[in-house]
Amino acid sequence: MTTTKEPGSDLPLQQQESVVIRFAGDSGDGMQITGNQYATTSAVVGNDLATMPDFPAEIRAPAGTRAGVSGFQLAFSAKDIFTPGDRPDVLIAMNPAALVENIKDLKPDGIVVCNTGNFGDRDLEKAKCDTNPLLDGTLDGFRVIEVDMNQRVKEALAETDLKPKEVQRCKNFYTLGLMYWLFSRPLQPTEDWLKEKFAKKMHLAEANITAMRAGFNAGDIQELFQGRYEVPKCDVLTPGTYRSVMGNEAVAIGLVAGAEAAGLEPFLGSYPITPASTILESLAGMKNYGVKTFQAEDEIAAVCAAIGASYAGDLGITSTSGPGVALKGEALGLAVSIELPLVVVNVQRGGPSTGLPTKTEQADLMQAIFGRNGEAPIPVVACATPADAFDCAMEAVRIATQYMTPVFLLTDGFIANGAEPWRLPEVEGLPKFTKEFRTDAENYQPYSRDENGARPWVKPGTPGLEHRVGGIEKAHLTGNISYDPDNHEFMTNARQEKVMGIANSIPTPEVKGAQSGKLLVLGWGSTYGSIADAVERTNEDEDKVGRIHLRHVWPLPNGLDEIFSRYESILIPEMNLGQLARLLRSEYPQHEFLSYSKVQGQPFRAYEITAKIQELLENKS
Amino acid sequence: MSETQTLKKKDFQSDQEVRWCPGCGDYAILSAVQGVCADLGYSREETVFVSGIGCSSRFPYYMNTYGFHTIHGRAPGFATGIKMANPDLNVWLVTGDGDGMSIGGNHLAHILRRNVNINVLLFNNEVYGLTKGQYSPTSPVGQKTKTSPLGSIDRPFNPINFALGANATFVARTIDTHVKHMSAVLKEAAAHEGTSFVEIYQNCVIFNDGCFDDVADRKIRDDMTIDLRPGETLTYGKELDKGLRFNGWGLERCSADEASTWDSTVESTAPSVMMGELANEAEMPRPIGIFRQVNSPVFESETERQIAVAKEAKGEGKLRDLIFQGNTWEVE
Repeated sequence: MTTTKEPGSDLPLQQQESVVIRFAGDSGDGMQITGNQYATTSAVVGNDLATMPDFPAEIRAPAGTRAGVSGFQLAFSAKDIFTPGDRPDVLIAMNPAALVENIKDLKPDGIVVCNTGNFGDRDLEKAKCDTNPLLDGTLDGFRVIEVDMNQRVKEALAETDLKPKEVQRCKNFYTLGLMYWLFSRPLQPTEDWLKEKFAKKMHLAEANITAMRAGFNAGDIQELFQGRYEVPKCDVLTPGTYRSVMGNEAVAIGLVAGAEAAGLEPFLGSYPITPASTILESLAGMKNYGVKTFQAEDEIAAVCAAIGASYAGDLGITSTSGPGVALKGEALGLAVSIELPLVVVNVQRGGPSTGLPTKTEQADLMQAIFGRNGEAPIPVVACATPADAFDCAMEAVRIATQYMTPVFLLTDGFIANGAEPWRLPEVEGLPKFTKEFRTDAENYQPYSRDENGARPWVKPGTPGLEHRVGGIEKAHLTGNISYDPDNHEFMTNARQEKVMGIANSIPTPEVKGAQSGKLLVLGWGSTYGSIADAVERTNEDEDKVGRIHLRHVWPLPNGLDEIFSRYESILIPEMNLGQLARLLRSEYPQHEFLSYSKVQGQPFRAYEITAKIQELLENKS
Repeated sequence: MSETQTLKKKDFQSDQEVRWCPGCGDYAILSAVQGVCADLGYSREETVFVSGIGCSSRFPYYMNTYGFHTIHGRAPGFATGIKMANPDLNVWLVTGDGDGMSIGGNHLAHILRRNVNINVLLFNNEVYGLTKGQYSPTSPVGQKTKTSPLGSIDRPFNPINFALGANATFVARTIDTHVKHMSAVLKEAAAHEGTSFVEIYQNCVIFNDGCFDDVADRKIRDDMTIDLRPGETLTYGKELDKGLRFNGWGLERCSADEASTWDSTVESTAPSVMMGELANEAEMPRPIGIFRQVNSPVFESETERQIAVAKEAKGEGKLRDLIFQGNTWEVE
């Protein structure tokens, strides 16, 4: 704390280990910005954190309706945390719709801050509330803080020339200021951000800063709360330089790093699709890093251009979500057949069809592994967390270039838009896997294979190595068109063996917790945090269960059979109907796999997995 | 490479056996293209032939250059990626009326509007050949095929006007049997900076034999076609004694003296669209040659330019800066 007297410094300051806040309002209320600012500031003060935005697919559903509610949850902590938290300690509800949609998640005795300026009859009607939830007992058992933010922000900005509409647009910063006060956070990072964002409209930066300071001061002056809280710096994080990173951003940076590690220029062919678009947006902003981006006319042209770029010697990348992968299927088969590097990022969302564009799911696993005509094996790498996406993107590039194959990089909506602290790696410490192009015409055979089973990569422009490739089956070595039955079988096996051989280049994942016993909890992708949290809770007193997380989902790493044999059964929580469980049952029929599935468009809560583990342990004892 | 100066037509022939039907128009086109590559002084290694699926799309296998036989209709996507990765390559895209106008119509329109510097050869035989004789999007209404036993009821695309509608910067038409004309048009197409679109009337001896005989047959060709030669008068006929002239919203026949002068470089597509529509008029000669040839920024050059501008403005990016950007903090 500083020595100058701050508002509220007379109030008692309580230390809190972890806090979960959820901002909820209308899609137009700026809740995502508010949440992200809160996350950035919490990161800067040294907390560990995890975020989870939750917003509707519609950009602006009718204002004030339940369909238009946009939420942002974040957890910040003095200790190491894995998830954005099960239940919020504090809920900010900007209108009745936001309140009734979110109140069921609030912890008993939690704080709910309501903007009473939006609780008029008309607002209640839009939210389809027959009674006023502020008065009808809905909020019994919670600590309710009522603030007329519409009025407060109007007063705070009375001196400015802003139109009433513009004034109201500043109220999320009033909210932000109030929450900064409550948890003793500095305003400076957000003030800096506003000044940069509105560099050309300084009056808007100033108005938002004024609104934020008004919110901050209100905490004290209006005696809304009985005390303030402080969440100390997290001191269990590994030493180093950190920043907050979102999953899609980490993917974009990881792909650039991967291209550099391979000595290639990255080329992204993509078509905008929720929730993957920000990968294209990020990479389009990295032109000074030599990144080429191509916004194609559709998903098919996007992947085809990426394959064309790989053919010409760039690192071809395409980013999309499940429906886009469906469209790219034929081109992916071609990439398998002509054996060129390609990274396909699938930011999974709820399906089938359009499904739930802004919600998360892991139901494209089988599509990634098997979803093409013919025998068309593609390796699959899955990101566990936003920061892990950086390493996974590099790993996808390594596999693609060393094995001359398309690679799936699976993330999902939860990872894409979620943020966490990322311990920044020094470039010298990153993996290096320089890819050499073939230039020697002596004994050149387009479909000869190296020790990885990979064929040589030749750039057009290389004299003496002119050759033709295509989707028709190729003769072993020469690559000429071949309809020979034995050759087709030979080539089918060669492609399969090459991909399955990738397993020899990946480590066996580490088991955490109990090294043998009744239960192993196995996960892949974004279930990482919830599983880790649940298992740590279960093992608080003694190691009862083990956990393992797969980064390489296909081919599976070596050594799993031995690990599985140390447990009576293996629990697999997945945001699908048990796709990995099904796969593992066919690969390891000697072991018992229990599927725990959730398909609500929402990540697992740690308590759900904890309860499942308890149930299984009790049944087994 | 010293080799590049001395390449002959046969140097562009690959060792693969050509597997088109005897008498197919594709043979003449292949021969003309190989000759043009030699005449243009191309090197084998800097040249890439890209195709989709169909009879015409087997073309890359027969060229002793780099070649990429891709998937149905999508060759424009691949060609765009290739040119963006390496703008120095000579990229030719070979497609047909099914591949380019039907399954790949979308992609064709987009590569034309973007103006990627490649040459598109659309072999039009008004029928599906490789799938054995179904009507195509350029088949005339009433054409009887296996899938249209009572005659096609699809209104056909006019490839020239399709390309013009996509604001293509180079649009031309030629005929498989008119070798001299074809070579001249292909050289113009190759010289053009931007996407060059060439429709080639190509006879399918098996499923649509003689489909262009009413204009392309050697005996009547001079009287039934008019060669659009930029900067020259719109005259045709063996003796160049017949003419065409613009009259209001249309074209009409006239004597050679009264013929208009053809200008393919006007920014508006209106004159070339009017020429394209003559394909629907039985009494009028069928235009071949160069419909349109205008200058416009080339897509991959613009991509390179923007990268250069970004590097100039922000400095050449270093990976460490990308990783360490934004608000960072230290944990000790």
